[in-house]
Amino acid sequence: MGFEQFGFVSYVSQTKIGKFTEYLKNNRLMGTKCKKCGKVYFPPRGDCTSCFGEEIEWIEMKGEGKLVTYTEVNFAPTGFQDDVPYILALGQLNSGHYVFARFAKDVQMEQVKIGMSIQLVPFRIDEERITYEFQIPYFD
Amino acid sequence: MTNRVAIIGVGQSSFGIRPDSSIRDLTFEAFHDAIEDTKNLDRNDIDASLIATAAGYDKQRSPAAVIAEYLELNPQPTFLTEAACASSTVALRTAWSFVKSGLHDVVAVIGYQKMTDMTSDAIQEVMGRAGDVMFESSFGTSMPAYYAMFARAHMNAYGTTEEDLAKVAVKNHYYSQYNPKAMFQKEFTLEKVLSTRVIASPLKSLDCCANADGASCVIVANETKAKKFAEQPVWIKGLGLGSTAMSLASRNPPFTGFESANEAARQAYAMAKIQPTDIDVAEVHDCFTIAELISYGDLGFCKREDSPKMIREEETHLGGRIPVNIDGGLLSKGHPVGATGGSQIRTLVHQLRGEGGKVQVDGAKIALGHNVGGIGMYTNVTILEA
Repeated sequence: MGFEQFGFVSYVSQTKIGKFTEYLKNNRLMGTKCKKCGKVYFPPRGDCTSCFGEEIEWIEMKGEGKLVTYTEVNFAPTGFQDDVPYILALGQLNSGHYVFARFAKDVQMEQVKIGMSIQLVPFRIDEERITYEFQIPYFD
Repeated sequence: MTNRVAIIGVGQSSFGIRPDSSIRDLTFEAFHDAIEDTKNLDRNDIDASLIATAAGYDKQRSPAAVIAEYLELNPQPTFLTEAACASSTVALRTAWSFVKSGLHDVVAVIGYQKMTDMTSDAIQEVMGRAGDVMFESSFGTSMPAYYAMFARAHMNAYGTTEEDLAKVAVKNHYYSQYNPKAMFQKEFTLEKVLSTRVIASPLKSLDCCANADGASCVIVANETKAKKFAEQPVWIKGLGLGSTAMSLASRNPPFTGFESANEAARQAYAMAKIQPTDIDVAEVHDCFTIAELISYGDLGFCKREDSPKMIREEETHLGGRIPVNIDGGLLSKGHPVGATGGSQIRTLVHQLRGEGGKVQVDGAKIALGHNVGGIGMYTNVTILEA
């Protein structure tokens, strides 16, 4: 439960990592860590799918990273038409994890370059909904 | 007795917007065409049918049952195969296994998609959900957007330009003039392709294939039956199937190729005991212009960084080193998802039988088909020999 509030549109409500949404609402970007093998997952996973470890703990992630690739979407699927244009991006956090997200609405295409520094931060869509987005850090 | 597996008949419906046809009508059209293509095969000689489609584009659930009923293929075995846009060649792989194992002698693979009963944005929503729905679709993804991200990475890494992408569309549309079953059958200039509206930057409207209705049928048989039911059997020489993580965020760099395609190509070349340089003609999965350039690298036609050069120097045009998509490709034929792989196989079979007409590659002996599911989650490579 709890995951139905994640994202601009969500397609999943029931998951072991429903708590992720609660953390985001408290402005915390959390991943999971396997207590057995130490592997860190972001986005989080409810089990360690690598070593089969069932004991996981939540850990705080740092949002700093670099931009891997991006696109500006002008023709959106159903449910997202009012949002266009928006920039979808793949970033790599300094922890090594790749993350898929949108850029913040105020980021312009002219500012976006592959390899640039980016910051992943929790983003409140409205009263109910929460997600994360990429921003351009002030000090690079 | 050897137990080689042959293709004994190929067929397809016309691709495009087909308000005249349901999934029954489309599959019947392709099936009829394939039966006519064999030498007197009776439908009672077909031991099993494999139905291939991507879920969610029409309302029929468990469609294999309704199609087998309509094509009068009961009570033989039938079931559905789903691997997104690679569904029909993955079904062909299963058909090969059935025949190779001796379980069945003759198997029909019928792929279809009915896409224009839905609005274009609803189709985009269905396609967007072909990404990971938990952590990617919720941001508003679409197939053009995903491929656009690969295009941006390709441009950044190798100096590929928007003109290079447009050249793929110009090439494929040019050849579609000679394909009476293609959706578009007309030329577009480079300027025209570049001036169409941007869907997801840098991809423009004519960098993208069109949603379409259509069906394809490929009938395979063991060697004994092949000699009985085909004037010119075409032999399946190599098969490869690979997978890639669905989430972009779970993949390995560089983001300029598909691990699934690399793996599928490696398997298929090894099984066929050939090299990429042995390929006389190829059909690759150009759902977007960038996808064709990506395939050149994934299939070992050239080094990844040389793929823009291949299109610039017309090495994949008719008369070039490896002619690619000389039937118009997905870009011009339209892309009825579940039918596409079978349509590629049909073109290659025609080429190997010397029936390519104006786009015949002289003396074609070995052909390669490359069929990608979604954003490269599945890639199937099929190598055929005359």
